Amino acid sequence: MKKIFSRPESLKETQHLYCPGCGHGIIHRIIAEVADELNIREKTIGIAPVGCAVFAYDYWNFDVTEAAHGRPPAVATGIKRVLPNRIVFTYQGDGDLAAIGTAEIIHAANRGEKITVIFVNNAAYGMTGGQMAPTTLIGQKTLTTPFGRNAERDGYPLKICELLSSLEGVVFLERTGVNSPENVLKTKKAIKKAFQNQIGNSGFSLVEVLSQCPVIWRMGPVESCKWIEKVMVKTFPLGVFKDTNRHE
Amino acid sequence: MREEIIIAGSGGQGILFAGELLAQAAMNIGKEVSFFPSYGAEIRGGSANCTVVISDKEIGSPVVFNPSSIIILNNFSLNCFLPRLKKGGLLVINSSLVNTEINRQDIEIVRIPASEIAEKKVGNLKTTNLVILGKYLGKKRIIPMENMLKSIKTVLNGEKELISLNSEALQYGYEYPLVVNSVNPDN
Amino acid sequence: MKRTQRAKRTKRTKPAQRILMKGNVAICEGAITAGCQAYYGYPITPQNEIPAYLAKRMVELGRVFLQAESELAAINMVFGSAVAGARAMTSSSSPGISLKQEGISYLAGCELPAVIVNVQRGGPGLGNISGSQGDYFQATRGGGHGDYKNIVLTPYSVQEMYDLTILAFDLADKYRNPVIVLADGVLGQMLEPVTPSTISHQPIAISKDWALDGCKGREPRKIRSLLMAEGALEEHNWKLNEKYSKIKKNEVRYETYNLMDAEIVLVAFGIAARVGKGAMNIARGKGYKVGLIRPITLWPFPEKIISDTAERLHSITQSLNHLTTFLVVEMNLGQMLEDVKLAVSGKVPVEFYGRPGGGLVTQEEILEKIKQISK
Repeated sequence: MKKIFSRPESLKETQHLYCPGCGHGIIHRIIAEVADELNIREKTIGIAPVGCAVFAYDYWNFDVTEAAHGRPPAVATGIKRVLPNRIVFTYQGDGDLAAIGTAEIIHAANRGEKITVIFVNNAAYGMTGGQMAPTTLIGQKTLTTPFGRNAERDGYPLKICELLSSLEGVVFLERTGVNSPENVLKTKKAIKKAFQNQIGNSGFSLVEVLSQCPVIWRMGPVESCKWIEKVMVKTFPLGVFKDTNRHE
Repeated sequence: MREEIIIAGSGGQGILFAGELLAQAAMNIGKEVSFFPSYGAEIRGGSANCTVVISDKEIGSPVVFNPSSIIILNNFSLNCFLPRLKKGGLLVINSSLVNTEINRQDIEIVRIPASEIAEKKVGNLKTTNLVILGKYLGKKRIIPMENMLKSIKTVLNGEKELISLNSEALQYGYEYPLVVNSVNPDN
Repeated sequence: MKRTQRAKRTKRTKPAQRILMKGNVAICEGAITAGCQAYYGYPITPQNEIPAYLAKRMVELGRVFLQAESELAAINMVFGSAVAGARAMTSSSSPGISLKQEGISYLAGCELPAVIVNVQRGGPGLGNISGSQGDYFQATRGGGHGDYKNIVLTPYSVQEMYDLTILAFDLADKYRNPVIVLADGVLGQMLEPVTPSTISHQPIAISKDWALDGCKGREPRKIRSLLMAEGALEEHNWKLNEKYSKIKKNEVRYETYNLMDAEIVLVAFGIAARVGKGAMNIARGKGYKVGLIRPITLWPFPEKIISDTAERLHSITQSLNHLTTFLVVEMNLGQMLEDVKLAVSGKVPVEFYGRPGGGLVTQEEILEKIKQISK
C-alpha cells in the first residue's frame, strides 16, 4: 500500500495542548512540512513566543528556544548573527509581536535581519483568557473591551504587514489565513517562500497568518473560519504586501 | 614623589588632552599614574577639568580634593579650584585670560600669557593647553622634555603636523622665563 | 645555591609593556582577549566608550557588533547568541541595567552564560552621570524576578577592569550563569596603566552540549525556563541552588590589607576601596591601626573572612579592652553594609560612611570618620 499522508519528521509525536478548532496546530504542521521539504530540519533553530504557542518547543522536532514576551526578533538576531548559516525563525502571536514586541519587530525588520517570522494573528490574547489584542477589531468584544473595541479609547487594529511594508530591510510580506483548505495551501506556499528567502540569504521575511480562536471568540470552529472570511479580512485583507525577490 | 595636578578650563581648550599627555609621559618614565576626567553632557563650551596623579607608589584615590598643583586656563576654573589648592601648592595660570584677583598668600603662582604665546608664537590658539603645560613642567621638572615629546608622538599616533605643532607649543611654554610670585603682586 | 640564583635570574622575563588605558576600553580589551564573539549595546553615559570602541575592534576582528534598538533588545540579543553557544556581552549604566533585568532573569532561568557590564551612575531614576555604587542590591540580589543569583565581580582599578572581564567570561561558561561586572563611572572614565595578558587567552574548554546550533546528528534540544509540570519548577530551583552553593564554595574572591594588627577594619569595594586604601595608608601614618577588606566578588560575598575578622576583633576588645570596629564605606546609603552586618553577626560594632547620588567619597572624609570612631 502506498503511503500518501504521514506525520512530518519535523513534528514530534506528541499531543498538542491547543483548544479544539485552534489554528496553531495547522500552522505548526505547515512549518514542519516546509522544514522537511526544504531539508532544513537539522539546521533550523526556532524561537517560541510567550502566548498560546509557548510550548511550541515540545511540538517541533528541531532545536527551539524560548524567549521573553515580545523579544523573539532580538533573540533571533543574536542567534543568526553568530550562526549565519543556520535557519532561524520566530513564531509570534499578536500580543507578542504587535504590542509588547513592536520595537523588536520593527527594528529587526528594518535591519533586514535574515530571519523568517511567522506572525499568528487571531485578534485576541488567548493564553491569558481573551483580552484585547493590538489586532482586535473595532467593536469586537473581549475581556478588556466588554462593550466592544472603541477606537476613541482603545485605538485601531494594528496592521503589521502594511506597517512593515515601508521598511527597506524587508523582502517579503504576505498575509494569509488557515480558515479554509485553499487558504491553508496558500499559507504553506507563503511560509515556504519565507524560508526559501532565508536560505537564499536575501533578507527579512514575515508571513502574517489569520488564525481562528473559537474558544476566545465564543464561536464554533466552523463559525470561526467563516468569521475570518466574512469579517476579519475586511480589516486585514489577504495578499502579498511586499516581495522584492532580491535573492533571484 | 607624589604630585596631584588638576588642569581646568573650558571644554574645547584641550584640557583632557594635556592631562592625558602628562599621564602618558609619567607612565613612560616608570611612575604610577592615574588620570581622571570630568565628563559631562557638553562636548564644548562647558567647564572641563582633569586630575592627574603621579607617584612612586601605588595610587589610592584617582580623585583628589586638595591637589598639589593646579593649571588654570580660565576665570571660572580659578574660582572653582583655587580654594582647593594645597597650602604651599603651585598655581599656574593663563594670564591672557585670567584676570581675577588672587587672594591667597600661601601658594606659589606662575603666570604665563599662554593664549597669546599660542596665537602669536606658535601660530595656533588651540595650542594654549600645551604652552601652559610646558610652563608647568619647566617649573616642576618632574618629566624630562624628551619623554614629553615622545609621549606627544604616542598619543597623537602618527599625525605629523599635530605632533610638531604641539611639540613646539610645549617647548615655548617650557622655556618661557620663569617668574614666580609667592606673594600676590596685586595686593 | 648559586645555581638556584642563576635559574631565578634567567626566569625573570622582561616586564610586559604597560599601556595607558581608559577603564571602559580596558573592559573592551578584556572581552576581546576572552574571545567574546558578540557584543550588543545601546548608548548611555558613562559607558559610551565601550560600544564605540567595540564597533571598530569587533568588526576588524570579524566578530559581531550591533547597536541594538534598546537595552531590552540588547540583552535579548545576548540571550540569542548565548543560546547559540557563543561568548556574548552587553554593557550599560544603571538605568539601562534596570531595563535588562527581565533578560537577566531569563538567562539565569535558562542557565545561559553571559557577561553584563554595569558602569554605574547615580540614581534613582535618570539620576546623574557621576560614578556611584547604588546598584549593589540590584546586582547581588538577582535584580529581576525569581529566585536566582548573578556572579558579581567588582573591579577597583583599570587593570582589574581588564582582568575581571576576562574572568567573567570564564565563570559564565563554567557555571552557565550570568556574570555582572559591577564598575562605576569613575573607573570607566579614568586612565591608568594596564599590563595586558601576555598569554594568549583561550576560552576554557567547555563543551556546550546544551547549545542550539541545529540538531544535525543528535536529538533536538530546547532551552526554556517555563516549567509548568507539577513540582518541575521547584526541582529546577533546587538544582540552581545547588549550583549557587558550588559557586559560593569555589569562587569567593577578596583582598585584605593590614589586617594582622588592625583594630578598625574598613570594608569597601570598587572605587570606594581605592579611596579607602588611600585613607588607610594616611591613617596608618598617623598611628591608627586600620586595615581593609576589599571584596572582589560581591556575590558570592566573602562572609567568612569578615566573620573571622569579627571574631578576632571581638577577642582584642575582650583581652585588651581596645575599641574595635568595622567601617563600611560605600558610594550609596548602605547596601553592602547589610551583608557585612550579617557576616559580623553582632560580634563587634559596624560603622558606616557613604555618599549617595553620585557623590564620591574622599580620603579626607574617611580619615575624619576614622578619627571620630577612635575618640
